Amino acid sequence: MSSPQHTNTPAQKHSSTRTLQHTTALQRGNEERFVTEKIHVSTTINGEAVEFLCDARQSLLELLRDGLSLTGCKEGCNNGNCGACTVMMNHLPVNSCCVLAVEAEDAEIETVEGIAAQGQLHPVQQCFLQGAALQCGICTPGFIVTVKALLEQNPHPTEQEIRFALAGNLCRCTGYDKIIRSVQAAAEILQEAKS
Amino acid sequence: MATIFIPAPLQDLTGGLAEVELEAVSLGEVIARLEARFPGIKDRLCDDDQLSPALQASINHVMTRQMRAEVGPDSEVHFLPAIGGG
Amino acid sequence: MSNVIVQPSSTRPRKYNVIGTRPVRHDGVDKVTGKAIYAADLSLPNMAQGAYLRSPHAHARIISIDTSQAEAMPGVLAVATSADLPDPWDKTEELGEGCINYAHLSGNVLARKKALYRGHAVAAVAATDIHTAQQAARQIKVEYEVLPAVTWVLDAMEEDAPLLHDNLFTQTLGEKPTKPSNIGQHIHFEQGDIEQGFAEADVVIEREYRTETVHQGYIEPHASVALWNEDGRLKIWTATQGSFTVRQQLAELLKIPVSKITVVPCEIGGGFGGKIAVYEPPVAAVLSRKCGRPVKLAMRRDEVFEGTGPTPGSFMRVKMGATKEGRLTAAKAWLAYDAGAFPGGMIGPGSMCVFSCYDIPNATVDGYDVVLNKPKTQAYRAPGATQAALATETVIDEIAVELGIDPVDFRLQNAAKEGTRRVDGPTYPRIGLVETLQALKESEHWNSPLEGPNRGRGVACGFWFNAGLKSSAAANVNDDGTVTLVEGSPDIGGTRTSLAMQLAETLGIAAEEVHPQVVDTDSVGYTDVTGGSRVTFSTGLAAHKAALDIQDQMIKRAAELWECQPDDIQVDAGTYGYNDHKQTFKELAVELSSTGEAIVGRAAVNPQGSTNAFSANIVDVEVDPETGKVKILRFTTAQDAGKAIHPSYVEGQMQGGSVQGIGWALNEEYFYDDRGAMKNASFLDYRMPTSYDVPMIETIIVEVPNPDHPFGVRGVGEVSIVPPPAAITNAIHQATGLRMHHLPISPPRLHQAIAERNGQ
Repeated sequence: MSSPQHTNTPAQKHSSTRTLQHTTALQRGNEERFVTEKIHVSTTINGEAVEFLCDARQSLLELLRDGLSLTGCKEGCNNGNCGACTVMMNHLPVNSCCVLAVEAEDAEIETVEGIAAQGQLHPVQQCFLQGAALQCGICTPGFIVTVKALLEQNPHPTEQEIRFALAGNLCRCTGYDKIIRSVQAAAEILQEAKS
Repeated sequence: MATIFIPAPLQDLTGGLAEVELEAVSLGEVIARLEARFPGIKDRLCDDDQLSPALQASINHVMTRQMRAEVGPDSEVHFLPAIGGG
Repeated sequence: MSNVIVQPSSTRPRKYNVIGTRPVRHDGVDKVTGKAIYAADLSLPNMAQGAYLRSPHAHARIISIDTSQAEAMPGVLAVATSADLPDPWDKTEELGEGCINYAHLSGNVLARKKALYRGHAVAAVAATDIHTAQQAARQIKVEYEVLPAVTWVLDAMEEDAPLLHDNLFTQTLGEKPTKPSNIGQHIHFEQGDIEQGFAEADVVIEREYRTETVHQGYIEPHASVALWNEDGRLKIWTATQGSFTVRQQLAELLKIPVSKITVVPCEIGGGFGGKIAVYEPPVAAVLSRKCGRPVKLAMRRDEVFEGTGPTPGSFMRVKMGATKEGRLTAAKAWLAYDAGAFPGGMIGPGSMCVFSCYDIPNATVDGYDVVLNKPKTQAYRAPGATQAALATETVIDEIAVELGIDPVDFRLQNAAKEGTRRVDGPTYPRIGLVETLQALKESEHWNSPLEGPNRGRGVACGFWFNAGLKSSAAANVNDDGTVTLVEGSPDIGGTRTSLAMQLAETLGIAAEEVHPQVVDTDSVGYTDVTGGSRVTFSTGLAAHKAALDIQDQMIKRAAELWECQPDDIQVDAGTYGYNDHKQTFKELAVELSSTGEAIVGRAAVNPQGSTNAFSANIVDVEVDPETGKVKILRFTTAQDAGKAIHPSYVEGQMQGGSVQGIGWALNEEYFYDDRGAMKNASFLDYRMPTSYDVPMIETIIVEVPNPDHPFGVRGVGEVSIVPPPAAITNAIHQATGLRMHHLPISPPRLHQAIAERNGQ
């Protein structure tokens, strides 16, 4: 089942002329053209202004990993089914494999690398560690991003709401039990910090 | 004397005997003694001078494929399929 | 809802300082911050990217391969086919965990002469970027002669079935066959007198079962980076359960000495048995040699489904008999498991596990390993045992219902215990099945009523051997009194910490004062795969022995310092004492570091026995009769862990295996069309459980210490997957009155069964 927390709706603004030209090229199946011409993108990643050149066909996931060495987001399926590549785009979690790199134009992107602040783990990360919510760890960055987004939107989720919000992130090791409990623990800590 | 359990498909060579008692100090010697009594049995258990890769031996709960694995006077020896694990 | 630990009164639990606590895992921060390096994350200077071309046909003769167009493309650096691999040895070798035939392995890595399944790798390209590599792969022209394919195990066993290999003769301990067939192996066990046994029975039940092919489903696709240098040295960074096993396979496939190869195990994103045999490492290596650059070769998800090892689908017939007092008298099993395209599937352990939970005086087992046009099957968590347990545990349930005996009591009455002779021959040493079933019986779950329509409760149990095998470890005492533990077991589920804890317990220090490191094949002694639930047991034994080695050296050095005999020194919980001298490990280590040579502990072990794990489940389900969808309402798993070193990660293994078992029971299957093509090679259509599909998984850790380990450890990784499909099938029976005999019990399948029962 897919989760309403995940959206792959393109960012509202990616209106540079070049991008539009290349979209047209894509529709014509003009492979050569978007292979050879690079597109310039200005974006914000983890609070820093970033510019990059990319091919029209490159996904945000590919660009983050291969172009910018932000390998915290993982490729598990490359078609939006596993959630291992989840990043925040304009404050919503997205499967970065299903977002084109050019769609990052003017967007705010947050990856797992940006979640711990100045040597301090985020409570979600801390709770995953203490709750043994990971085994192999390959799905963990995607979960951390999705959980952070969930708790920002819904600080008091029920168990069912947590399970629903995380249904777009596959974990094959844990059976989800310790992940759900760690989310509950993080929600409590975040709540205490607020009050 | 060690007790050697003869796998059912090999009992055509042992005249239907399911268990054989013999003196041996190693797995290799067990097979050599079996071969001496029941010619042809080694060929079914071994590739050249090693236990067939599809097999392992159990000597008193210990799984082994080593021909020099120790066999004691009260040992039970079984020939079993080799196993992998996930 | 709870996680509990039960120490049966029959055992004498020891007190520990570190073991049994729940420290944060040593590699945890890297993994929650995205810093941990998995194979696909690695980037080397001047690295090329690889891509595969795979067979679109399930069975086809390869007439010709023309790579010229691909090679001519700008950016293409090298193309590889099976012609670039040396002619393989036709030899079979044991790889620590099961054996491998190198001719088959080589033919699986890149197809020779015939493509044997859809998705079989035929060629690979290295290029300056991944898109060029993928485009170039599509430009390779392969001429095929399409052959008839077979994808169902019973069809493949027919006389007139399409033959996959004209040189495959059934391996059997009996008379050697003279004609090739698709049957790779026939296993046969006998115990007692089967006819007499069934004659003594008051109730006899015989049923047939079918299970579909399922995949291990690890989230990380296979990936490697290879650098085959001009000096002949090959270095591979890879996602593997066993770096030394990869080294050995590469040496045999490429015909170079192991001493020329270094394998660096990266962090691994799940394996479950599927990352032991190699796929892409030799291909990346050949591409690297041809283009003189490092080459990364990573699979896509569809390639993982179509081109790497799933675990066998099966056909099984099981017959069991019992007296009206509830004593099992006889059992008979006929099992045929898919091996996939090459022989050597999971039928051996399947045949040995089918009746391994019970004391059955009279039994026979026949097992067949059958090749067909599917990917070569691989181990998946207690390989072969889950299918077999489905058959046995549902027949057991049916007999219990027929006799009107409580299903847990019926199992207890017949449970294997110390001295029970298994059908395959050996007797058990001290095992914990009875204690595990007892714990289940006393659980709050079992003693809570289940009410409501369309609901049912099921139980089942399961067995897995667990392995010992070779492990090595070294431990360096640092001058601040901490210890660096160097070991070679790729860490899939937190084993760095379970090993560090055993070292810490032995030395009397804290788990946090040990820094565990998984290193490459040049940097530690030979260590077998992370598989067979063996790491915490066997590498743990190595860590313990390395600690004892350190302790011996500390005593000798302290004796020199304190001018006494080593025997005079008392060591108690990490404190070293003689007369007025009393120092903690840390204090002594700091002092010794300035008074002589470094202290380095080392150990290499090779325990050979199995540690015998048992698991049992209670599951409550609710069936929606309109849709056939099964909801898991509550799930409890009990397991004999021997001794839980880090209980959180033991629970994690139990919970993870349970949910994999739930997926196997209810949704997961390979769909094939009539041409042998898999139709659901994605995570959307190959439906693994999500967090929304399952409840909390309650655990009962039972501790019946293993006498063959200093802390009593049994392996815990695998057995948890064995009972769930049977337990769920039994629960569905209680909910609907229907006995289901075909996994998965997916909504369409159950919906149809309900409709047929209702005469619709």
